[in-house]
Amino acid sequence: MTQSVVKKSFPSPYDTTAPKGAEGWQDLYPYNLVFQDNLREKEDEKFWFCDSQHWPNVFKPFEVIGVEFASRCLGAYNTRHYIIPPANGIDFRIHNGYNYFSPVAVSPELIGDRVPHFMERAGYYFQNWTTLLENWKKKVLANIEEMDAINFEVLPDMVSMDDITGGVGMDPSVKMFEDYDRLIQLAYRNWEHHFEFLNLGYVAYLDFFGFCKEAFPGIPDLAIAKMVTGVDSVLFRPDDELKHLAELAVKLDLTAIFAAKTSAAGVLGSLAGTTAGAQWIAAWETAQEPWFNYTSGNGFYGTDVYWRDSLDLPMGYIQDYVVRAARGEQLHRPKDALIVERDRIVGEYSEILEGEALETFQGKLGLARVVYPYVEDHNFYIEHWTMGVFWRKIRQLSHLLHNEGFWENADDILYLSRDEVRPVLFDYANAWGVGTDPIGPTYWPKEIARRTAIVTALETARPAPAFNTPPEVISEPFTLMLWGITTEQVQQWLGVDGGDDTLLKGMAASGGVVEGLARVITHASQLSELQQGEILVATVTAPSWGPVFGKIVATVTDIGGMMSHAAIVCREYGLPAVTGTGKASTVIKTGMKLRVDGTQGTVKILD
Amino acid sequence: MTTSLFTFAFDSAEKPEHDRLGGKCTSLAIMTSAGAPVPPGFAVTTDAFNAVMNQTTLREHIITILDGLDMDDVDEVDKRATHIRELILTQSVPDDVREATAAAYQALMSLCGGEVPVAVRSSATAEDLPDASFAGQQDTYLWITGEHNVHEKIRECWASLYTARAITYRMANNISDEGLSMAVAVQKMVNSRTSGVAMTIDPGNGDRSKIVIDSSWGLGELVVSGEVTPDNFVVDKIMLSVVNRIISDKHEELVPTTHGTVERREIEAERRNSSSLSDDEIIAVAKLAKSAEKHYGCVQDVEWAIDADLPDGHNVLLLQSRPETVWSQKASAVSFVSAGSGIEAITKSLMTQVNR
Repeated sequence: MTQSVVKKSFPSPYDTTAPKGAEGWQDLYPYNLVFQDNLREKEDEKFWFCDSQHWPNVFKPFEVIGVEFASRCLGAYNTRHYIIPPANGIDFRIHNGYNYFSPVAVSPELIGDRVPHFMERAGYYFQNWTTLLENWKKKVLANIEEMDAINFEVLPDMVSMDDITGGVGMDPSVKMFEDYDRLIQLAYRNWEHHFEFLNLGYVAYLDFFGFCKEAFPGIPDLAIAKMVTGVDSVLFRPDDELKHLAELAVKLDLTAIFAAKTSAAGVLGSLAGTTAGAQWIAAWETAQEPWFNYTSGNGFYGTDVYWRDSLDLPMGYIQDYVVRAARGEQLHRPKDALIVERDRIVGEYSEILEGEALETFQGKLGLARVVYPYVEDHNFYIEHWTMGVFWRKIRQLSHLLHNEGFWENADDILYLSRDEVRPVLFDYANAWGVGTDPIGPTYWPKEIARRTAIVTALETARPAPAFNTPPEVISEPFTLMLWGITTEQVQQWLGVDGGDDTLLKGMAASGGVVEGLARVITHASQLSELQQGEILVATVTAPSWGPVFGKIVATVTDIGGMMSHAAIVCREYGLPAVTGTGKASTVIKTGMKLRVDGTQGTVKILD
Repeated sequence: MTTSLFTFAFDSAEKPEHDRLGGKCTSLAIMTSAGAPVPPGFAVTTDAFNAVMNQTTLREHIITILDGLDMDDVDEVDKRATHIRELILTQSVPDDVREATAAAYQALMSLCGGEVPVAVRSSATAEDLPDASFAGQQDTYLWITGEHNVHEKIRECWASLYTARAITYRMANNISDEGLSMAVAVQKMVNSRTSGVAMTIDPGNGDRSKIVIDSSWGLGELVVSGEVTPDNFVVDKIMLSVVNRIISDKHEELVPTTHGTVERREIEAERRNSSSLSDDEIIAVAKLAKSAEKHYGCVQDVEWAIDADLPDGHNVLLLQSRPETVWSQKASAVSFVSAGSGIEAITKSLMTQVNR
């Protein structure tokens, strides 16, 4: 161990240049999200870390909507709703196409005044958690329903006769403009709701966490997570649905049809016409709403593929499950064993405590368990369901404009910012109204080609992990919990730990030790490359990668804390996981033999 | 193995009585019957000691010698202690005691498949009581081979009841010499590649969710006596994962020689700074300590060793387990800033976070 830690810094973003060919990338993003030259002094005083957990890939201009809505709303709940005493929001910038965060602390002299407000406001939510959460679900589902009803259609040759006789006095462009604005607003509303409970969920979790760290100094984070986390999150329901469908196929003696490994259409075609087949198709259709509003991405990218829009994906998983179910394998997560283990852990820690300490432990654990399910469940309602519907509508609009000649590729709308889309709609509606040609088709293809080249150039480089001088100690609760950015982690990024190149350290996110061959995955589209028994090594994983967790034996990620999605999924599936290694996906190559110790948080490259 | 009035095999089906076996042997017998991995052996009971002492008026004689002793007069304590030990060492041993001991020793050797070295340790009846930290007050003789040598060391253990240190300790703690007796443990020597101690509590703060392991190369005596700085591992007792480790510079080890003695030797460069336990072994030691605690129902201080001759998974041996004596008598030093639950406590812990 080094006695004196040399103070080291990450480079300034201003000295971190973009890859060749990406010149002018700043113009793709809003002015307030890029480091402005005239603010260098101020910006360089802050420590920025890359959030490649949520944004592992370069943003296309439209996709900035996710980080803007999410970060703004997270901040507002800390700063303006609950007045969390020590923490304001988390500031964000886009640099070289990637997202960087900088937590905003509250000045020490202002913290005290915030306390009574926090107690009143957060106290109200904690006290009324269940009823408020029921209401939350209603609000969120109503927004999704409204979004789902939005439909972008080609403007007709003539205003309909009904509109004439009804004396409507407006043409369909009005609704098109309104629908576009409404779609953005509805997404914004659900991102507001996303954080209505999340920040408080973390606060209660951290309270229990802090107590455990006091009562049992050095207690592994994994122990705390295991005591709190549920075993039956809504987040796992889509995967469970696929498993049930696979079991149904075996039960109905349809195994041969699924073993043929064809497309969803192929399987459905073969099933049609028989009673058993019809029964299975009915079950498959029932499962789709809402459970196929589920993506193998994370909801932040316009190219994320949702099961509902790409039935080959869930059908492929079902086919794998059918083969395994037919072999007599147990498909379902070991729920009972997880509960037994959770109760054992709680029981053994409880035994150590007595009196007031035991009461405190039970009280805090109780609250953490009440609020915690939200931390997992919300992900289905917002990232999957809301954003699935949102991106489907955006793509529908993009396809419409593509057909009208505005751009060459169906999904090219993603190369426009959301505010650039509105003038495009006006251009389209204007030309339609005037009876002439829109200008867009002569402007956008060239501009989109230019932007595509920049994004492609940005994608050739991995993001720098952080910028500027880190604080002595990282203590901001959300940074620690959600991103796993700890003081030690930052030191490791800086290379202060030195030492063994074949040993990676990260968070002991899910226990167990296993050896196997690595498969490095940097994008969801590569998931099909995974072979049975391999170790998944990824920059980050999404919870919806669930179906591949039946194949793999362990997970290693670059980014992510104890509460990151990879950690949650691995615990649910009982697989060892080491998260937040910082560099596993670049150091480890596919085919390397690894020893993953999810209990100690280490990954050893064995050859 | 045979059991008699004067000896008691650790794997005997009889109920071990503390008065006859002393603390250490009772514990070994209980551990053995509970399936704990302790090396085989037997106790020479307090009845044997009593038979030696009671065949003459030696016991009364000793009390007379100690009469009026000023415990602060170091030279005088030493002089009288040496005198008493000589009396015990030269006292003849009754034939039935000698024969019973020989039979138990031979039975142990045949169980081990030939003559192997044994450890001969005292097992005092006053030792190991939670309120009297008597550990290490009596003698231990290692790597003893041959029946004659074992007999001699048993006598030395008896005599060690009257070292100057033991005498002053009893005086200081008001432990009467009336009925004082001593059992002796004779146990197969473990061929320790690594050994040490494990406590089912963090002795630094009284945290009972930890198992703290001190570990060094070779035999454990240098760890117990503090002559080598051991590796230190902190294991979470519930999760059985290592939460902290310090690998020390372990300069010396105690190892057996081919002629039945032990020698101290310097540890070669590459081994002195490498971990004396693998991760799997750390967990195996922790499990051993945890099961000892569970068995006895109180915090334990466990001596253990990794036997070089045994395969992985079977090589972690329990040498002894006794109640921890410091923290079991006072409250844990672990304190809570964030006591209570609800919004007040949450606010308090958020504020604490700021000051970390």
